[in-house]
Amino acid sequence: MKHPITLTINGHRHEVEVEPRRTLADVIREECRLTGTHVGCEHGVCGACTVIVDGDPVRACLVFAVQAEGAQIRTVEGLAQGSQLHPLQQAFMDHHALQCGFCTPGFLMLSTALLERPDPPSDAELQEALSSNLCRCTGYKNIVLAVRAASKAMHATSGAA
Amino acid sequence: MRSVAFQYHAPRSLDEALAILAEVAPEDGRIIAGGQSLVPTMAFRFVRPGHLVDINRIAGLDRLSEQPVVASVPAPDAAPGTELVIGALVRHAAFHRPVVAGPLGRLLTEVAGHIAHYPIRMRGTFCGSLAHADPASEWCLVASTLDARLVLRSVRGERIVRADDFFTGVMSTAIEPDEMLVEARITLPSAGARMGFDEFSRRRGDFALAMALVSFDLVDGRIHSPRVGVSGVEDRPCRIAQAEALLEGCVPAIDVFQAAARAAAAAVDPLEQPQLPAIYRRELVESSVRRALERAWV
Repeated sequence: MKHPITLTINGHRHEVEVEPRRTLADVIREECRLTGTHVGCEHGVCGACTVIVDGDPVRACLVFAVQAEGAQIRTVEGLAQGSQLHPLQQAFMDHHALQCGFCTPGFLMLSTALLERPDPPSDAELQEALSSNLCRCTGYKNIVLAVRAASKAMHATSGAA
Repeated sequence: MRSVAFQYHAPRSLDEALAILAEVAPEDGRIIAGGQSLVPTMAFRFVRPGHLVDINRIAGLDRLSEQPVVASVPAPDAAPGTELVIGALVRHAAFHRPVVAGPLGRLLTEVAGHIAHYPIRMRGTFCGSLAHADPASEWCLVASTLDARLVLRSVRGERIVRADDFFTGVMSTAIEPDEMLVEARITLPSAGARMGFDEFSRRRGDFALAMALVSFDLVDGRIHSPRVGVSGVEDRPCRIAQAEALLEGCVPAIDVFQAAARAAAAAVDPLEQPQLPAIYRRELVESSVRRALERAWV
């Protein structure tokens, strides 16, 4: 039996009918047609499908879409403001933190959630948290560099210490 | 890699959830909380529940509180004191900062950092880990070693099960199909209690190949009431009586810890897995117990 649900993604309401067994990742991609969220392992190991649900980074393949009814969801499509890249996207470009780009949306959403925390993570916490996601070609060094640079840029802009 | 079809229920109260669970239990109806273990096992079709009862919309289940210990049927000898009560929806991430003052709060924060990865910890729950009962679960080791009491509720009533009787094998527990684990209770240790944890896994966030949790009091400079728990090795977490007996009454010292660690390694009966021979697991147990004791002492 299909359930009518409303998903709010990047501020836009999507009214869809879904079977309970469809994951949030699949519904975001196939029903809401937002294919920036990538699906890798489909069992919670790789982190490519990471999106932000009510402020927290979560694996969209480990949540059923019906569970996200009423939640505020953010995906990689919501980061840039028009042609203005999000500081994290700019930092990923500047530091060569992506090569094939498959894992990038997951890393960007994980990092966005981390850097928006009221208590920004220390370098050690950042490194530990970035180990959540798998990158198989770029390597982690540049990803860590990019996220650190974005952290500095974002906190300088917001006036926070 | 998609789950079989199932019916979805999103009750708003515990009573409603238990009523639905009673009805759907015969069709392998299950509770879903964080879903971080259940959803992948469903994707692999290791489990094919006919119904999921989602408890995420029930207010109050995320409560963490301290309460006086009440003597109960499985624990009529419960020592007076205070217990930490962990509700069914308390996420792993709740323990990123100490949830209670003293050694237990610090220990739980240390342990939480070893559970999977950050996004998993945002959603997975303490009680869900216990109900899933993976032999490599950190929280199952905590519950077993610290003699947690697990509160099971159904439309038939409530019962409290000690951790020893709760874990019955690999991913098997004493929970009946119509029961829900509504909270876990752990007695707070004394303010001066020493507690230590160690885990070995090949990569950060991987399943543990061995882990150890120890706790003891110091009375006149000597170890009193030691607890040594090991997990990730057998089909369920276990206390190591031989190691505890060696520690009792001793002045903490490296050679004492080493002897207890050797006793633990000799006592376990490791699961044999490809590329993980028993002898390797025993060596990991020895290292983990020794390190956990050193961390408790330092």
